[in-house]
Amino acid sequence: MVASVRRLHQWRVMMQRAMGMMAPLGFRLQAVPSAPRRTLSCAQDVLRRTPLYDFHLAHGGKMVAFAGWSLPVQYRESHVDSHLHTRRHCSLFDVSHMLQTKILGCDRVKLMESLVVGDIAELRPNQGTLSLFTNEAGGILDDLIVTNTSEGHLYVVSNAGCWDKDLALMQDKVRELKNRGSDVGLEIVDNALLALQGPTAAQVLQAGVADDLRKLPFMTSAVMEVFGVSGCRVTRCGYTGEDGVEISVPAPGAVHLAMALLKNPEVKLAGLAARDSLRLEAGLCLYGSDIDEHTTPVEGSLGWTLGKRRRVAMDFPGAKVIVPQLKGEVQRRRVGLICEGAPMRAYNPILSTEGTKIGIVTSGCPSPCLKKNVAMGYVPFKYSQPGTQLLVEVRRKQQMAVVSKMPFVPTNYYTLK
Amino acid sequence: MALRMARSMLAAARSLHATPVLAVPNPPWPWPRPRLVRAGVIRALRMGRTLLSERTFTHKHEWITTKTDTGTVGISNFAQESLGDVVYCSLPEVGTKLKKQDEFGALESVKAASKLYSPLSGEVTEINEALAEIPGLVNKSCYEDSWLTKMTLSDPSELDDLMSEEAYEKYVKSTEE
Repeated sequence: MVASVRRLHQWRVMMQRAMGMMAPLGFRLQAVPSAPRRTLSCAQDVLRRTPLYDFHLAHGGKMVAFAGWSLPVQYRESHVDSHLHTRRHCSLFDVSHMLQTKILGCDRVKLMESLVVGDIAELRPNQGTLSLFTNEAGGILDDLIVTNTSEGHLYVVSNAGCWDKDLALMQDKVRELKNRGSDVGLEIVDNALLALQGPTAAQVLQAGVADDLRKLPFMTSAVMEVFGVSGCRVTRCGYTGEDGVEISVPAPGAVHLAMALLKNPEVKLAGLAARDSLRLEAGLCLYGSDIDEHTTPVEGSLGWTLGKRRRVAMDFPGAKVIVPQLKGEVQRRRVGLICEGAPMRAYNPILSTEGTKIGIVTSGCPSPCLKKNVAMGYVPFKYSQPGTQLLVEVRRKQQMAVVSKMPFVPTNYYTLK
Repeated sequence: MALRMARSMLAAARSLHATPVLAVPNPPWPWPRPRLVRAGVIRALRMGRTLLSERTFTHKHEWITTKTDTGTVGISNFAQESLGDVVYCSLPEVGTKLKKQDEFGALESVKAASKLYSPLSGEVTEINEALAEIPGLVNKSCYEDSWLTKMTLSDPSELDDLMSEEAYEKYVKSTEE
């Protein structure tokens, strides 16, 4: 076995390497107010804890370091069982590590649009969208969900691994616009965030809310009391490909809410391991692995995030690089791959059938649902059509793989159609 | 005298091996092992290699038992627990010549791949075909049914570098602290 097999540390090393979501060196604990934080007594890295830390331990959570946080990688059930349970019933994930912010003020849309590629002004009340922070070179700084709330602010959820970067980006822009007389502000939302995902998630949640969840379709959001905890923001979205919600809950109510949800036998706790295999099957990118500052939205097969109006106006960072890519061919594209045999993993080379290296795998795992191996990677445009036969090199052996459409497993988003 | 002693010890070793109740158990018994098992393990005498040896371990969590210059290789309970559900076993071809610590394959779970390192030098004579059909056997029976490979030993003295079960248990405890 690898020399450093240590129950928790191996996973940390693998996750940090493969997922690339390491907390930046010297991240400032004091930058963000949060629930009372207890630091570890040993000489290890100081990890942040979510409001559910003790809850995870009490339920058999195996804790690992992830993006500067201590989070459960799995509980007592196996990874595969947890994954399949999510697809058949529903699972509860603690995703409180993600950065939640409010952008306030009359000019909040102007601020947001100065940083992201999407048509934010066109979002209907309580509608959200996946969008991207980009830089002047056209690279993706982070992916995030922006919701146009009916409470007078934009609600933004972005990656834990980009916490400092995203906060600085938004705060700098607030300062800049304020100096020019704009009415903008930023607040960090110091809530826990719970994701309830799976075909029975809505039915489970309905028992604890007065609102009719049939009227809350995919990518819409509402504030409501959930199992007695008031002031929760419920957004119909997730990172698994299944129907489900993310519930932003005031920290003092987080454990009560988690316990209430867990009372329903449909619900089981799930950790980072299942979260990763579920999102891969759903064809969802992991920032830092599948997309990063060196990939453009078009290369990342995320051209759909570019707003119609924004493409014409060319008024987002990197537009000069990105928009021409929509019309012409890009050098490389993110594609899905399927193979049998040994699983494909990040950094495995992708080769043409002639044996020439043409690309690289960015994420991969055995798919518990398909019982085949799935992966994402980058290949030159001419190899990116679904059905293209390629080779992937796994531990010096070459295996046949085929380019595949994503999602690998059909998604079940709740849409009103 | 020595010969009579050796014969009686050999007979004892054989009867022990034939008595499943004293066989080394597999998970889900938690680490460390119950006393019953420890009492049943016989330490091999350094009097020729005809005795079935005890299991010895590497720092990389492989184990090997040897019998007449043939070794059987597997992974430890600690390793299979850390790995999680094994979904694919990548094993070498029969005839592969290995030096001690050579990488000879990998075990894949959904979350990670773990490389396998040869405890000793020698040649692979057999691989466990059952693992191609049921890779999860590694988790259920890492000391019995899911041995990974069998190999000849080109340098049996390399066994001296490996850890006894007791030493391995101590080593694992120290890495967990």
